[in-house]
Amino acid sequence: MYGKKVKLRFLFLTFVLLSVILSAFLILQSLKENVVYFQSPSEIKSLVELEKKKLRIGGMVKEQSILINTTEVNFIITDFKNEINVIYSGAVPNLFAEGKGVVVEGFLKDKNYFLATKILAKHDENYMPPEVKEAIGDK
Amino acid sequence: MLASQIGYYSLILGLLFSLVLCAVSIKDFNNIYTKINQNIFILSLLQMVFVIVSFLSLVLSFIKSDFSNETVFNNSHTTKPLFYKISGTWGNHEGSLLLWLLVLTLFIFLFLIKSKDQPKKYRILTLLFQQLIIIGFFLFVLITSNPFNYLFPIPKEGLGLNPILQDPALAIHPPILYLGYVGSSIIFSASLAAVTQNYISKEWGKHIKKWVIVSWIFLSIGIMLGSIWAYYELGWGGFWFWDPVENVSLMPWLTLTALLHCVSVLEKRAALTSWVVILSITTFTLSMCGTFLVRSGLLNSVHTFANDPARGIFILIFLFVLIFLSLGIFFLFNNENNKNVKNFFWLSRETSILINNWFMMYFLSVVLIGTVYPIFLDVISAEKISVGPPFYQKLIVPFLAPFLLFMALGPKLKWIKSKLDNKISLIILFIISVILTFILLRNLTSDLLLYTILISSAFFLLFITLKELFIKKFNNISQTTAHLGFSLLILSILFNGILSSEIITNIKVGEKYKHSKGEIFFEKIEEKKQSNFNSIIGYFKITDKNGKIFQLRPELRVYNQPMIITSEADIKTTLLDDKFLVMNLVKGNEYFNIRYQVKPFMLWIWISVLIFSLGGLMSLLKKEHEK
Repeated sequence: MYGKKVKLRFLFLTFVLLSVILSAFLILQSLKENVVYFQSPSEIKSLVELEKKKLRIGGMVKEQSILINTTEVNFIITDFKNEINVIYSGAVPNLFAEGKGVVVEGFLKDKNYFLATKILAKHDENYMPPEVKEAIGDK
Repeated sequence: MLASQIGYYSLILGLLFSLVLCAVSIKDFNNIYTKINQNIFILSLLQMVFVIVSFLSLVLSFIKSDFSNETVFNNSHTTKPLFYKISGTWGNHEGSLLLWLLVLTLFIFLFLIKSKDQPKKYRILTLLFQQLIIIGFFLFVLITSNPFNYLFPIPKEGLGLNPILQDPALAIHPPILYLGYVGSSIIFSASLAAVTQNYISKEWGKHIKKWVIVSWIFLSIGIMLGSIWAYYELGWGGFWFWDPVENVSLMPWLTLTALLHCVSVLEKRAALTSWVVILSITTFTLSMCGTFLVRSGLLNSVHTFANDPARGIFILIFLFVLIFLSLGIFFLFNNENNKNVKNFFWLSRETSILINNWFMMYFLSVVLIGTVYPIFLDVISAEKISVGPPFYQKLIVPFLAPFLLFMALGPKLKWIKSKLDNKISLIILFIISVILTFILLRNLTSDLLLYTILISSAFFLLFITLKELFIKKFNNISQTTAHLGFSLLILSILFNGILSSEIITNIKVGEKYKHSKGEIFFEKIEEKKQSNFNSIIGYFKITDKNGKIFQLRPELRVYNQPMIITSEADIKTTLLDDKFLVMNLVKGNEYFNIRYQVKPFMLWIWISVLIFSLGGLMSLLKKEHEK
């Protein structure tokens, strides 16, 4: 019916199309599973259901809230409206200090306790992640 | 002060030369001579000289700590060592753009000298397109980011350079990376010029391939330097974090690698013409997008020097103009010469290169979506998300196995139509790789199946390239070297991932920490004063699992200007593994937070990048030699 060339072209196009669809599907699927949402302590408080997925929480480290022992670092993140306790074991970046902005990644234990797996390192003393800026408003 | 004036006026002169160059080349384009007007060379040389003068005067202002210059004031300090005063020139937004401009003018001048055997109209058009980019950058520098702004009253002291940028690897990382980025601008201009002249041919492929290889080498090494720096300076204990800023440099590298391969198809068979042009356009667009994302403050990182929306908007507009212009030209002028379209036989070198390109495009889309999606979502729904390393690992790692296998077999095929020779020896090599991998991995990992498949394909590629190198010496040695380097890279990354171990703990001076594989003893701390920082050195005695004792001395630096604490990891590097120790101080506490890591084959990751860049270099030298 069609020439050999047309058939080959058709085969080629189908192949391209299929691989595009397949990779799009894979990427989107994996994206759904692997995104990490960012929330402020106030947003956590207003959660109806406890989030089971990995989260990021940002805000200020409350003054005089850092407690350290051999295995853990405990502190409180505040957005000046609500606070949340963070339990963390792992490496602490240098710019982590009381009264400074911080972003932690981990899982909610309940609405008051957060088990952090990572404190995100930042590069610059004056720099504050836009998320944190937004979370703590104009303060 | 004088230096700033000279620098500023040289920039304006450079811009004027751009306009003159355009006028002269348009005039020259239509005349009957077959040679380019000599004035064009002189004008291009002068333009480059003026940009160099401007750049040098900025360097001079930095060396002399001339704080009447705003850029110097913002980014330098009198107590900074001379080396970092100089590297501070491009360690900031304004200076780094001036460096971009410098490389742009340098490359077009080199292009004019190096392309004497090419048709005149094609060369002039390339020059015109390149001047368009150059004018855009001149305007960008002069309007939104003038490096020579004057400050009055003159401050006594500068604000200093971010200390984590005061590092030898990072001092040379930007210039090298820029050579790669900007090299792609020549490929972009040249391919547009070639499209309008209908000159996408074997000769053009041969000529442009050199530029592709040069950019590719610089981009590879530039990315590697950034990665080395992140490894020892940021103290996160890794070399690649899928950070958006790393991703934007990886994306042009992927398209450039794809281009590198399919330009050979063009060179040998005059096929895939449109694809080569599309890749050239994409590579440069991605480089520009990288600059836009990084500079506009949309991505947060150490590269974001200042969040000035005007700059972002300028680059965005410029970017759109370039994209529309190039696509317009492409669709208007590109007529696929149907006589040239040869059907590929399914088993041939061409097909294998197409497969390479397919994989590259897939990797590119993964990285692109992972990088852009969070920004996109933030803009449309104000939801803040981030896409972590698992996303990339899950989507890229499994596909590496078939990719490596094709990479091993592809070069064995001949052009046009081929059959696979020596099937038996290939199968034997493959079986050896699988068995070797299985023996090595048996007790090491829980994910045995995936890693066995991955590592045996990497070994397979390694063995095949080694065999090529040592047995058939006459073969394409540069390509084999590059593939050998890549297989080593994948092997070292995988083994590094499987075998790495990490201990994180909080420890006081004088304490001992015992763990399953040894012991860490924190002996003492010592304080030292340097010109622009005070350092606290920790003395650690580490006993490893074989009972061997060694010392590591990580350092905390408290910089005076700006007041920042940085950690300097102490790393003991051997061919087999890196022992990495970094300590952090939690303010107002007697505990130090330490992170001790054993990272096998770390050195080999850098070596293998150098090996595949060497492959590129060899191919370049061979081309020169043949002439």
